[in-house]
Amino acid sequence: MPIEVRKPGLSTTVQDAGRTGYYDLGIPPSGALDQYSLRAANLLVGNPVGAAALECVYLGPQLVFTEPAVVAVAGAEMAPRVNGEGRPLWESFDVRAGDVLDFGYIKAGARAYLAVSGGIDVPEVLGSRSTYGLGALGGLEGRPLQEGDTLPLGAGDGTAGRSVPEDLRPALGKDNEVRVVMGLYDHRLTEAGRKTFLDTTWTLTPVADRIGFRYKGPALETVEREQPFGAGHDPSNIVDAPYPIGSIQVPGGVEPIILHRDAVSGGGYMMIATVISGDLDVVAQSAPNTRTRFIELDLDAALAARADHRRRVQRLHEALG
Amino acid sequence: MTTAQVQDARYSWGGDEHIFVELAEDMSLQANFRAMAITKLLREQRPDGVLEICPANASYQVRFDPDVIEPRALLAQLQDLEKQVGDAHELTLPTRVLEIPVLYRDPWTTETLMRFRDRHQDPEATDIEYAARINGFADADEFIAAHSRSPWFTSMVGFVAGLPFMFQMVPRERQLVVPKYLRPRTDTPKQTVGYGGCFACIYSVRGAGGYQMFGITPAPIYDPTQKLPDFSDFMVFFRPADIVKFTPIDRERYDAHLAEVEAGTFRIRTRPVDFSLQPFLDDPDGYNARLLEVLRAD
Repeated sequence: MPIEVRKPGLSTTVQDAGRTGYYDLGIPPSGALDQYSLRAANLLVGNPVGAAALECVYLGPQLVFTEPAVVAVAGAEMAPRVNGEGRPLWESFDVRAGDVLDFGYIKAGARAYLAVSGGIDVPEVLGSRSTYGLGALGGLEGRPLQEGDTLPLGAGDGTAGRSVPEDLRPALGKDNEVRVVMGLYDHRLTEAGRKTFLDTTWTLTPVADRIGFRYKGPALETVEREQPFGAGHDPSNIVDAPYPIGSIQVPGGVEPIILHRDAVSGGGYMMIATVISGDLDVVAQSAPNTRTRFIELDLDAALAARADHRRRVQRLHEALG
Repeated sequence: MTTAQVQDARYSWGGDEHIFVELAEDMSLQANFRAMAITKLLREQRPDGVLEICPANASYQVRFDPDVIEPRALLAQLQDLEKQVGDAHELTLPTRVLEIPVLYRDPWTTETLMRFRDRHQDPEATDIEYAARINGFADADEFIAAHSRSPWFTSMVGFVAGLPFMFQMVPRERQLVVPKYLRPRTDTPKQTVGYGGCFACIYSVRGAGGYQMFGITPAPIYDPTQKLPDFSDFMVFFRPADIVKFTPIDRERYDAHLAEVEAGTFRIRTRPVDFSLQPFLDDPDGYNARLLEVLRAD
């Protein structure tokens, strides 16, 4: 068995590009929360971009390799070590049979992606190897890694010493701007409530996981109304509706929650905006206490931002091609 | 009941990859039926670039890849489907009628609700006693009779994997309405039969929840290991438009069903049926009686 898990880390899961087509039955896309970093790590070790890797949150695992491999770590600033000796981030390197790989303390960001040449070869479920913890689905037995697990690997042929150019590594800071398209139920906010949402510098709480990211800040004022039949009693309640990935809901008018790739697929709280798809990577690298401003884009600006993101991904491919 | 004059749907962008469509602000079987009808047609057309089609109670959403399909072209297509479906009264949906056995006031949800009394509207009563009182019933037995008498229409599947939202097939004045907990619980037993607003649900997995807890079913409804025969095709049992009859059972029956689950022989009783909105609205009680005959027939 190629990789043995000596220490699991805080919450390490197998993730890939995610699944499509089951959200209507409550099964979310899952997959790496920071898709750009997953892609970079895979390209560095010569994998297909959507190969399964390990998503390591805040505190990385300690792993023993039983076969030689080429590995790379991208995303959060959590420097890898081999037998206690530091290795660079955003760069592929060799490990030999018997080597122990672990991580230093996290300095910036929240999630590091460890790709191994050949990819983590757990079985595909619904077209993906990603772990969906709430549904005990995919990944390794549908759960985060535990001490004593072994991880199977596919066949790979990576090369050590490849690296992502500086300008293609995301800036990780404690002050983020996250771009959103307003809409959904934003008409439930008063003009003042809407202004409060867009003018506030929000602070990420410790409730920040694969399902959602909850922010602290002032309450948002809602328009008074008689609640529609079936909507529930609170002014923030709606008749339970589907939740877009990246949508921002505000239960009780306080503490907005961004739903991420393990989202609950629907529910009865007003959503007032949706994070544009490319900026979900920025949210993914937010650690508690990160300060965040929400920047409003209209649809055309959101599509232009998407095109920018795609060009950046294209440059990443060219740099590592 | 008659079909109501339908209001125009409200369309909204959910970022660069979603269109959200609200068919009505308030819940009705008709709004749900329109969501089912429109998403059914869209599934049949399945334009390139459409990734997810999610019908919900009185709304639906579509996730798309804007690099493949132009968002405004998709929006126009959805608006055409809205016109085509109209008030949906002529539509017939092939679906299933099925029976969910329920041990009401079971020991496990009772133990759980006692742990969270500080988050409840009425800490002195159980969830079902509270629901009975605020809906004008003399006691929990009367409430259970109303809850289990008329069937329910599965208006949405989701929240977590395979969880059905169900809307009772009775005129609005007979609908049961119960608020959610004041603050959500951090725990709910798997297969709890719950209630929030005007919706019944069955929790498919153990976890957090804000719906009132009335009982538990021995019937698994989500099985990622796909061991039981009900899951040979897929790990989620429920589909939107499933028609559900809750049947009260006692502890002995519950234990017998659990043994069948253990032995791998348990199946949810299910019969195919066609459902049409207008005949139902014309005579709900008569229509429901016929649905239950289909369920009982062998």
